[in-house]
Amino acid sequence: MHCGDTIERNMRWVVWALMPALIASFFVFGVGALIVTATSVLSCLFFEWFITRFILKRPSTLGDLSATITGILLAFNLPSNIPLFMIVVGALVAIGIGKMAFGGLGNNPFNPALVGRVFLLISFPAKMTSWPVPAGIAASYIDAETGATPLNLIGQIAGGNTAAADQLPSLANLFIGNTGGCIGEVSALVLLIGLVVLLCAKVITWHIPVSILSTVAVLTGLMWLINPVLYVNPLYHLCSGGLMLGAIFMATDYVTSPMTPKGMVWYGIGIGFLTVIIRYFGSYPEGMSFAILIMNAVVPLINNWCKPKRFGEAAK
Amino acid sequence: MNTFTIGGVHPEPNKLTADKKIETLGLPKQAVFPLSQHIGAPAVPCVQKGDTVRVGTRIAEPGGFMSASIHSSVSGKVAKIDTVVDASGLRKPAIFIDVEGDEWEPSIDRTDTLLLQNNLSREEIIEKIKNSGVVGMGGACFPTHVKLSPPKDCMIDTLIINAVECEPYLTADHRLMLEHPDEIIVGIKLILKVLGIDHAVIGVETNKQDAIELMNSKLSMVSGIEVMPLKMKYPQGGEKQLIEAVTGRQVPPPPALPANVGCVVQNVGTVYAIYEAVMKNKPLIERIVTVTGKSVKNPCNLKVRMGTPVSQLLEYAGGMPEDTGKLISGGPMMGRPLLDETALVVKGTSGILMIPESEAARREERNCIRCAKCVQACPMGLEPYLLATASESGDWECAEENWIMSCIECGCCQSTCPSRRPLLDWVRLAKNRVGGMIRARNAKN
Amino acid sequence: MTFIVTAVLVLGITGLVIGLVLYAVSRKFKVEEDPRVASIIDLLPGANCGGCGFPGCAAFAEACVKSESMDGLKCSACKKEVMQQVAAIAGHTVELGVEKIAVVKCSGSCENRPKTGVYDGASSCAAAALMNGGDTGCFWGCLGCGDCVKACKFDAIKMDPETGLPVVDQEKCTACGACVKACPRSVIELRNRNKMDRRVYVSCVNKDKGPVAKKACAVACIGCGKCVKACAFEAITLENNLAYIDTDKCRLCRKCVDECPQHSILAVNFPLRKEKSEPTDNN
Repeated sequence: MHCGDTIERNMRWVVWALMPALIASFFVFGVGALIVTATSVLSCLFFEWFITRFILKRPSTLGDLSATITGILLAFNLPSNIPLFMIVVGALVAIGIGKMAFGGLGNNPFNPALVGRVFLLISFPAKMTSWPVPAGIAASYIDAETGATPLNLIGQIAGGNTAAADQLPSLANLFIGNTGGCIGEVSALVLLIGLVVLLCAKVITWHIPVSILSTVAVLTGLMWLINPVLYVNPLYHLCSGGLMLGAIFMATDYVTSPMTPKGMVWYGIGIGFLTVIIRYFGSYPEGMSFAILIMNAVVPLINNWCKPKRFGEAAK
Repeated sequence: MNTFTIGGVHPEPNKLTADKKIETLGLPKQAVFPLSQHIGAPAVPCVQKGDTVRVGTRIAEPGGFMSASIHSSVSGKVAKIDTVVDASGLRKPAIFIDVEGDEWEPSIDRTDTLLLQNNLSREEIIEKIKNSGVVGMGGACFPTHVKLSPPKDCMIDTLIINAVECEPYLTADHRLMLEHPDEIIVGIKLILKVLGIDHAVIGVETNKQDAIELMNSKLSMVSGIEVMPLKMKYPQGGEKQLIEAVTGRQVPPPPALPANVGCVVQNVGTVYAIYEAVMKNKPLIERIVTVTGKSVKNPCNLKVRMGTPVSQLLEYAGGMPEDTGKLISGGPMMGRPLLDETALVVKGTSGILMIPESEAARREERNCIRCAKCVQACPMGLEPYLLATASESGDWECAEENWIMSCIECGCCQSTCPSRRPLLDWVRLAKNRVGGMIRARNAKN
Repeated sequence: MTFIVTAVLVLGITGLVIGLVLYAVSRKFKVEEDPRVASIIDLLPGANCGGCGFPGCAAFAEACVKSESMDGLKCSACKKEVMQQVAAIAGHTVELGVEKIAVVKCSGSCENRPKTGVYDGASSCAAAALMNGGDTGCFWGCLGCGDCVKACKFDAIKMDPETGLPVVDQEKCTACGACVKACPRSVIELRNRNKMDRRVYVSCVNKDKGPVAKKACAVACIGCGKCVKACAFEAITLENNLAYIDTDKCRLCRKCVDECPQHSILAVNFPLRKEKSEPTDNN
């Protein structure tokens, strides 16, 4: 007898959980957010269909919604004013190289959306790191005004430019999402709503998000305690950049995360640690995507090392 | 409230027959007794074609220490000793008896009088249980006399009565507790005497509140026996899970036994069979079978003579529904599919379940998406996805290193897999092979 | 200019040093290998099928060189000539037996052997054999999940989608025996190839009594014994309600084929006879 769970059900819940963030970004960045997301989803779906139909000659896997999610997540990691062709290139890399090259859903070692995102980040660094400032629902897609994001500022402060601290938005604004950044990562609040949805629907467990967020909080907190002038309050780190999006939606991707609770915690700690290192000491202001991809590579090892607690093991 | 700590799932209980009184099914025209109805060596026939037997006559003797006798549940003539297709779909030797009348062995006490006292010694009780062919009624069919003789070096301190019945649909044990509580208590006392201890716990899941209350009221004057309500979770009726839920002790991996942690577990049906065998001289010739299914006209709990064809049970329950996709012997989680309704009621048949086509058909298998739901569900703390992959590629060493022999085949992993992978089938295969490897290795040393 | 010279010098010296180290290490840790082993490995098919009883072709080659004679050493995947070459390299002589081929002894196609149930478990014969008696009335014959196909390293067995039975490609089959080991029902047997690849065999493994077998499958051997009487060479034996033709004794006279009331004895690769229709199994 089966409990009735399907891949589709899990994926559908992820899509629902992502919806609040999409709506929020529409209110922050205007129609650009919708255009980018739609393009990304459509091109991901197209490439998935094309590759299964003509290259692999297998039955279509569009129905499992995994390409839809890859599309949404890819878009959420892009600025809302990015040229459309770049999105299409990113989608091709995400689906073609990130997923299908390894044999489709279930076999990919790296999160496809992040593969696409990092490819774009390295190929088009200028476009990928100039984020539009929040201009509300009326913001135009074509000539959005760009500005520094909180993470840029945090990096500048740590680099010695303590004057940048004045430009930091208030924590409340950061939490609600009234700041610059990628489409999906602006509002910590709506992403947390998504987390609650995923947990309630039993799509994911708490281990990965909680361990990532607490690792980041502890590390940045320590640095803040050591030197509050150079290093900002840990709450700024938690609410800014792709940390929430990554911890809740990207790192928890089934295929590329560890299988055991213990492994998930170690994986989360690793991501949190690498994120902080890259944010403070790397040349990129944002470290989440790289941290997740690096930890993705370690997952097989984690699976080998972290075995579940066997029944009767202690008694042996 | 107590329960086991690792994994577990919550299937829909679907206890359709919880309020249905146990009814007695009529005699079959011909009763067939397969010779392996238990774990261990098959029984050896001790009757010949043409012999006349009565109800309760022994027709096969144990084929070894780990074996059990078989008794005729009907009176009549032995028609032949031939092969029959058993529940596993293979041809196995069996004794066929044509039914004539209903004449019982005179030694059997057929009255309903409750007998409380006896002055039999420990050995005499075990001998009686052994001679009555009692085996574990939960489904595994482990010969009871073997289980009641734990290794000498193990200090037993607790007897656990398994009244969990965590399998969906099945209600045979539940009804037994409601209708024969006094007999069960006498049975428990007999087992306590055999084991030489004075502490027994009846583990019941909270969905059987009426049974918990009834047993509690009956036990108010009895010391040493307590009822422990357990939080509902499958597979709580698994021996190791139940021991952990009740005592908090974890049985080490095979070859360790429950006795190693000081426990002996008996199914409540077995307890009743022990009562009948010891106090009433009645061998194991009947059992309670739940005949059920969502579209079954008249789902019921039946007292059935062993060797009755399943078709007769189906007829009583209003026939097999047209939408039936699978006919299962046992519960939906661990039961085995039957090929057709000519299958027989044997000692381990706890239920006959008809699953509608729409629920029975397995969906198309997809790639493993590594969601780890099987790992979360596994009550033994194993990694079913890994074991299944190892089995698929024939990597038996990997399976062994990852504790495959601990698997209790409860089916939690398979029931929870969103990709509908036949995890349990693969794990069973690997378990079979690894078990063979281990036996070969032990034989060499 | 100095810039280029420095670069060339640094790289050149680094390369030289590393090269020397590598050379020294390779000399120091050189594994002495019999050159004959390498040349034998080149001759072997390299499929590592394990049909010889060794873990792989390399292990077999080593065994060939080390052992005193070629007794018990045979690569069934190699042609006769290749085996002779191998023996020559190893310094032995070899007597080769008859060449063999894998034969599927079951004709229980969907038509002949009606389904009685649906098996929807894991797609593996081994798993299906554990689960129950299979999805037909015959508990002996082919389960059709293709474990033999997966076991074959030479791509010589395919499932016929129409009959649901495996078909051996007689060109590709090397008689390595991997499929024989893989089949949980022992349906596949290695039999002599004979002249022109002609074979006569009982295409059934059902040991049930006649009526039971007949009910389960239209072409099951019912153990009637007519073939035993028909055979002039005492090649056919009857055991457990099942006839068996000894492949070494059989002289391919085909008398038994005509005698069999169940058409369960097949003769393949014989020229077509007028009064007899083409056998269903054409491997």
